[in-house]
Amino acid sequence: MYLRNYLRQFLSDLLTQKLRTFLTVFGIIWGTASVTLLLAFGEGFHRQVGINFKGLGENIVICWPARTSKDWQGLPHGRRVRVTDEDMKLIRSQVPQVARISGELSDSGTRLRAGRTTVAPQIVGANIEFSEMRNMIPDRGGRYLNPIDMGSKRRVVFIGDQLKKDLFGVDEAVGQHIYFDGVPFLVIGVMQRKTQDSNYSGRDEDKATIPLSTYQAIYGEEYLDNFVFQVAGIDDVEIAKDGVIATLARKYRFDPEDKEAVLMWDTTEMLVFMDAFFLGFRLFLGIVGALTLVVGGIGVSNIMNVVVEERTKEIGIKMALGAKKRYVLGQFMFETLLITAIGGAIGLGIAWTICAVFPQFGLTDYVGDPTISPQVALITTGILGSIGFLAGFFPARTAANLKPVEALRM
Amino acid sequence: MSESNGALIEMKGISKVYDTGKLQVEALTGIDLTVREREFVSIVGPSGSGKSTLLNIIGCLDTPTDGSYRLGGEEVAGFGGDRLADVRNRKIGFIFQSFNLLPQITAYDNVELPLLFKGTSARERKRRVEDLFERVGLADRMAHKPTELSGGQMQRVAIARALACDPDLILADEPTGNLDSNSGADILHVFQDLAEAGNTLLVITHDNAIAQRTERMVTLQDGRITGDGPV
Ligand SMILES: Nc1ncnc2c1ncn2[C@@H]1O[C@H](COP(=O)(O)OP(=O)(O)O)[C@@H](O)[C@H]1O
Ligand SMILES: [Mg+2]
Repeated sequence: MYLRNYLRQFLSDLLTQKLRTFLTVFGIIWGTASVTLLLAFGEGFHRQVGINFKGLGENIVICWPARTSKDWQGLPHGRRVRVTDEDMKLIRSQVPQVARISGELSDSGTRLRAGRTTVAPQIVGANIEFSEMRNMIPDRGGRYLNPIDMGSKRRVVFIGDQLKKDLFGVDEAVGQHIYFDGVPFLVIGVMQRKTQDSNYSGRDEDKATIPLSTYQAIYGEEYLDNFVFQVAGIDDVEIAKDGVIATLARKYRFDPEDKEAVLMWDTTEMLVFMDAFFLGFRLFLGIVGALTLVVGGIGVSNIMNVVVEERTKEIGIKMALGAKKRYVLGQFMFETLLITAIGGAIGLGIAWTICAVFPQFGLTDYVGDPTISPQVALITTGILGSIGFLAGFFPARTAANLKPVEALRM
Repeated sequence: MSESNGALIEMKGISKVYDTGKLQVEALTGIDLTVREREFVSIVGPSGSGKSTLLNIIGCLDTPTDGSYRLGGEEVAGFGGDRLADVRNRKIGFIFQSFNLLPQITAYDNVELPLLFKGTSARERKRRVEDLFERVGLADRMAHKPTELSGGQMQRVAIARALACDPDLILADEPTGNLDSNSGADILHVFQDLAEAGNTLLVITHDNAIAQRTERMVTLQDGRITGDGPV
């Protein structure tokens, strides 16, 4: 009901005290932009680390058959555990939590030539499901290994994007041949570029992948170096790991409690750790940002105290004319909240603009793109509202509690 | 509204002590004062005798330290802030020596304020404010800021504002103190018109010419009433 009156008063005050109003609003702008950007960068960084980490593969466990470390059923410890491609089928049939599985063989002795360029990259033998599990996705115009490649032990190769550049430069690679120590392999696909911050045998961008069956035929390898399996959800991973060990322990007769018979790298453990770490990290950023905003709020509160002092006479006159406490309280709360809202809106606008242009700086792979999620916006608005309320309340209450005669004497 | 046959103000044993920390100043002592409706009263006395203190208590801007004050039959001595604000808004029109207009807003907005606090509808406010400016002869100055008006004009705006809510009681603390003699005479005429129209007026003055125009003169000395009678 007094809104128009409040607004008119605010505008005339704003015009007579331009610098002061600007400084007040600036404190809030600065604080809001800080909170928002810190939270947004925290969020973006978290996402990017997740993406980079998933470059290796999502919800996967990598297993290396090793040696037994415990005696079992009359058999001594120290026996080698050797796993074949057949065992992959066995595991899949015995452990329903395993969604995908592939054996893997790799070595780096072979020399690859295309045209006049010769390199000696890591060569990997893998199955079809390896592609999805390990995020090795073919770029347009190419494909990954298929069942026919597997069944007929075809001489085809899927190459990493960096290896493609090394061998073919900017030329088309798919359909060309690469000579493996003189033996021609047809290039069927090039890997889509991806970011990958962890690996166990070099980066995928440098590798040449051929069918596991072909690899075994050429190099005469019967046993797998390692295998990789994937679970549908992170909650399945413990059961799946136990199931895999149990299946192999039954077949190869070792103690299923033997932690060294098959070594496992459970990549989901890292994700759990990362989520905990980033919760703490973002909490820290949020608190730092909120404190900046609190400092801005203290500035507003101080200035509102000065404003109340300066306008004591005005308050006295209004009280003499019949203004009640709630009118005076309302007037100063209105002004503080308006200043906070204006500063907050500008601060959010600045933060939003920075987030919008940031991807152009090419730092995305390292720190991610800052993201103002609804959560970030909600937290910022919440902090801002509380600060505006607190900053306004105490000066406003001082004003409302003035005695009319004393206020008039100013 | 008043059960006490026309007595608008009834003060008994009113005292006011200012506690300044070091010493206590007794500004008013044992004031008994009755003012009937339609009376035109001047309050005179030397500077520091307690005239303003008395008028502030009558106008509910301040509260007495002790004593009983009935305004229109209602005991207001124990009222809290918001109830006093209501009394000031509905029953009292205050006119100050230094006008006390808000400088940032227009004359119109100044006169509108008491109506806003009263909760009068926008349409009624407009009608009322325009009417008031007509009465004080400043209809062409409504949109001006107070600083763009002469002293006499400012005081007339202040009078319009004091009359906004049809008060039972009009109080003025040296209303001509800041004016030249022409403007002062002007304002005095306005007061006389108001008195003739049946309003109750209390005016503090040290100008004998003004006191002579009122019907009754109350004299204060050292916080006590030392004289009270028809002029
Ligand atoms: N706020 C105050 N604090 C302390 N003493 C005051 C205050 N206001 C007035 N006085 C004292 O009370 C006495 C009466 O003052 P006042 O009512 O203003 O007199 P007048 O209006 O007749 O000049 C004076 O002695 C004055 O100094
Ligand atoms: Mg005085």
